[in-house]
Amino acid sequence: MIPELGLFSLILALPVALCTGILALWGAQRGQPAWIALARSGTVALALLVGVSYLCLTWSFLQNDFSVLYVARQSSSSLPLIYRVAGVWGGHEGSLLLWLVMLTGWAALARFYSRALPDALRARVLGVLCLVAAGFLLFILFTSNPFLRLIPGAAEGRELNPMLQDPGLVIHPPLLYMGYVGFSVAYAFAVAALLSGQLDAAWARWSRPWTLAAWAFLTLGIAVGSWWAYYELGWGGWWFWDPVENASFMPWLAGTALIHSLAVTEKRGSFKNWTVLLAVSTFSLSLLGTFLVRSGVLTSVHAFANDPARGIFILAFLVAVIGASLLLFVWRAPKVGLGGRFALVSRESLLLVNNLLLAVATGAVLLGTLYPLIVDALGIGKISVGPPYFNAVFVPIMAPLLFLVGIGPFARWKAASLGEILRVNKWTLGLAALAALTLPLVYGGWRPLAALGVFLAAWIFLAATLHFVRQARATQGGGGLLASVLKQSLHFWGMHLAHVGLAVFVAGVSIVGAYEAEKSVKMAPGDTVGIHAYRFRFLGVQSVEGPNYQALRGEMELSENGRAPRRLFPEKRFYHHSAMPMTEAAIDAGLWRDAYVALGEPLDRERPDGEWVVRVYVKPLVDWIWGGAFLMALGGLLALLDRRYRSRRAATQENTP
Amino acid sequence: MNNRYLWLFVAFALLIVLLAVGLTRDPREIPSPLIDKPAPEFVLPRLDNDQPFTPKDMAGRVWLLNVWASWCASCRDEHPLLVDLAQKKLLPIVGLNYKEVRGDLSLDATKLALEAEKREAAARANLWLATHGNPYTLSILDLDGKVGIDYGVYGVPETYLIDETGIIRFKQIGPITPETLEKKLLPLIAQRDQKTED
Repeated sequence: MIPELGLFSLILALPVALCTGILALWGAQRGQPAWIALARSGTVALALLVGVSYLCLTWSFLQNDFSVLYVARQSSSSLPLIYRVAGVWGGHEGSLLLWLVMLTGWAALARFYSRALPDALRARVLGVLCLVAAGFLLFILFTSNPFLRLIPGAAEGRELNPMLQDPGLVIHPPLLYMGYVGFSVAYAFAVAALLSGQLDAAWARWSRPWTLAAWAFLTLGIAVGSWWAYYELGWGGWWFWDPVENASFMPWLAGTALIHSLAVTEKRGSFKNWTVLLAVSTFSLSLLGTFLVRSGVLTSVHAFANDPARGIFILAFLVAVIGASLLLFVWRAPKVGLGGRFALVSRESLLLVNNLLLAVATGAVLLGTLYPLIVDALGIGKISVGPPYFNAVFVPIMAPLLFLVGIGPFARWKAASLGEILRVNKWTLGLAALAALTLPLVYGGWRPLAALGVFLAAWIFLAATLHFVRQARATQGGGGLLASVLKQSLHFWGMHLAHVGLAVFVAGVSIVGAYEAEKSVKMAPGDTVGIHAYRFRFLGVQSVEGPNYQALRGEMELSENGRAPRRLFPEKRFYHHSAMPMTEAAIDAGLWRDAYVALGEPLDRERPDGEWVVRVYVKPLVDWIWGGAFLMALGGLLALLDRRYRSRRAATQENTP
Repeated sequence: MNNRYLWLFVAFALLIVLLAVGLTRDPREIPSPLIDKPAPEFVLPRLDNDQPFTPKDMAGRVWLLNVWASWCASCRDEHPLLVDLAQKKLLPIVGLNYKEVRGDLSLDATKLALEAEKREAAARANLWLATHGNPYTLSILDLDGKVGIDYGVYGVPETYLIDETGIIRFKQIGPITPETLEKKLLPLIAQRDQKTED
């Protein structure tokens, strides 16, 4: 009965979404107050209906209702409770429902936090979001119904893929979807602005906090996903340029460009067309990612079970959403003014270069991701594009961009002097160069790429600190420097925190890339293997029983000079419901390095207590990668909490020169 | 209409065409390097009478080599199709039972001696064939999966069409679907049969 209630609620949501969307847009165009008002209640009703439906599906998981096909496929009665809750989004149908919950949730948030907006614009934003939701509702109801019954019901479920039975599943998809879907609000603002023909500074200011929120969630989501792959897949890598990773990375790159371009549009009224196009592209890339993951056109470790009907549907949806907004853009864009003029060297021009480089990077990832498809479609052959391509293309694009991150904040709007900026930064540049020359030696050898990374990271960090201190000094009142530092706006704090996060990330990537050490060795109990100052002693393997698996648990003693030895327990798990053994790496994480151990295979399958192939890694600064991403996301969240976004009055005050 | 943003539409249209074409392709369909190459040699015991079997025994005939195991869920999906095909008596189907005991990770095969493993494998395989029907002219046991390595087996079930001269003509990874049977396998078999008659 409960699953039917969920389905009924979902079916009911479709006409609500369609009516609200169409009437709100029509009403805003015609100036009908009643229809405009409908947008507000309609959005809330939609979010409630979808929410009820989602709770019904969760209830079916909690009750182990294996007469629901999706539950029987994704869950089992021996599955731990937390994975029954998270298992809802462990497969295609449920994850799509989660996506919809977030979309309607964002729409409801946009309804409550948009009181300062003109009624017509607000109705347009909500209307666009409702129409996008209607598209996803159609998709779920016609191709991916999670409430389908299995009659007669199964006695036991097939259980969640053991790879997904991990805390990563609990947090990674929700964060990632919050990001993906969050860009729909920026998209809705862009389309609403195009519809009304009012692309102005106010529009950019309203878009900014939503874009920042989506971007921060996407940053966290990607970082958690990367961290999950790092400890779960047992290869010790943190990014694989897998098509699905790329699918999440492209909206991130475009979203990063959007954040910066919105700043120019808000402050100077320039780049309006470009900003709108970026807002449309960012959400379009989210949708394209959905298509790539769920239609089966590309192979990937993330692939969902595929069904051609789904691919066709999403493709049609892409055509409708992207095509309609492009049409609107092509119609409106030529009439939009150019905004304020700026000199060759100015904050505008630097942000333009930032946008250009990020756009090129997005294009490069898109090309690499779609290239196998292009080659196959032309009938030339079957190829896959791997890390060598992406690494070769990415470093030359990112290096100048990272250098500009340090310069950008120092540049004034309209016109700036490059000589002046460099003069102010002579010490920071010098220190960064010194760091690049010396720090890599600490890790046992100077390598150009590592030195470049260290230089850029140190430069971004020092320049951001210098800029912050100079700004604080310039605005210093009677309370001293510290008081002035604390009084800086959250927006300013957020920007610099995100940039410092980027520096931390770059330092981690360069150092671990150049100096990680790995050994794959045959070990009998009692054997020792050493990497640098670390010694790993293998103590043997024991059989242990988990809630729904049997595991061979290895024991490894890690010792390093002058510190108490620690025990690590890498596992090989055999889940009762699955034929594939799972490798659980054991990691001794630290600020300066991770020691990482993974069990390979026993040399003799009949003697798991004997010799094993064991992989051990020492990875310097690897945790900085995720720490940096976390700081970036935190910076984004701080910036969006700035009071300038909070009320209409504050906004107009700041706008007056 | 002269609009400087029109190129966006062209790019978008190209992208959509590309994705649409992509939908009609299967990225998992990887051409096997074994196609048009001689089937790798091996000698394995038969399931029914423990006599040695080698691909040479099938010389002069077009035959199917189907890789299966009782623990393989997709094999069960595929099975009725094979039973149907066997009833048509078009060609002999040899079942290569792949890692019957070792592949089943829900039990600890490491404690079994080789003879015991073989007995266990035969018992499981026979039980499965008795339950679901036996489409195979004969089945052979690949306990440790070494022959599977020679044939590049990476997903069970897999099926190889081997011609009268011992050359592999077609490989299916994963279960044979009615579509691949109609569109690929049967035409290839008919073509080979004609050649043999000529």
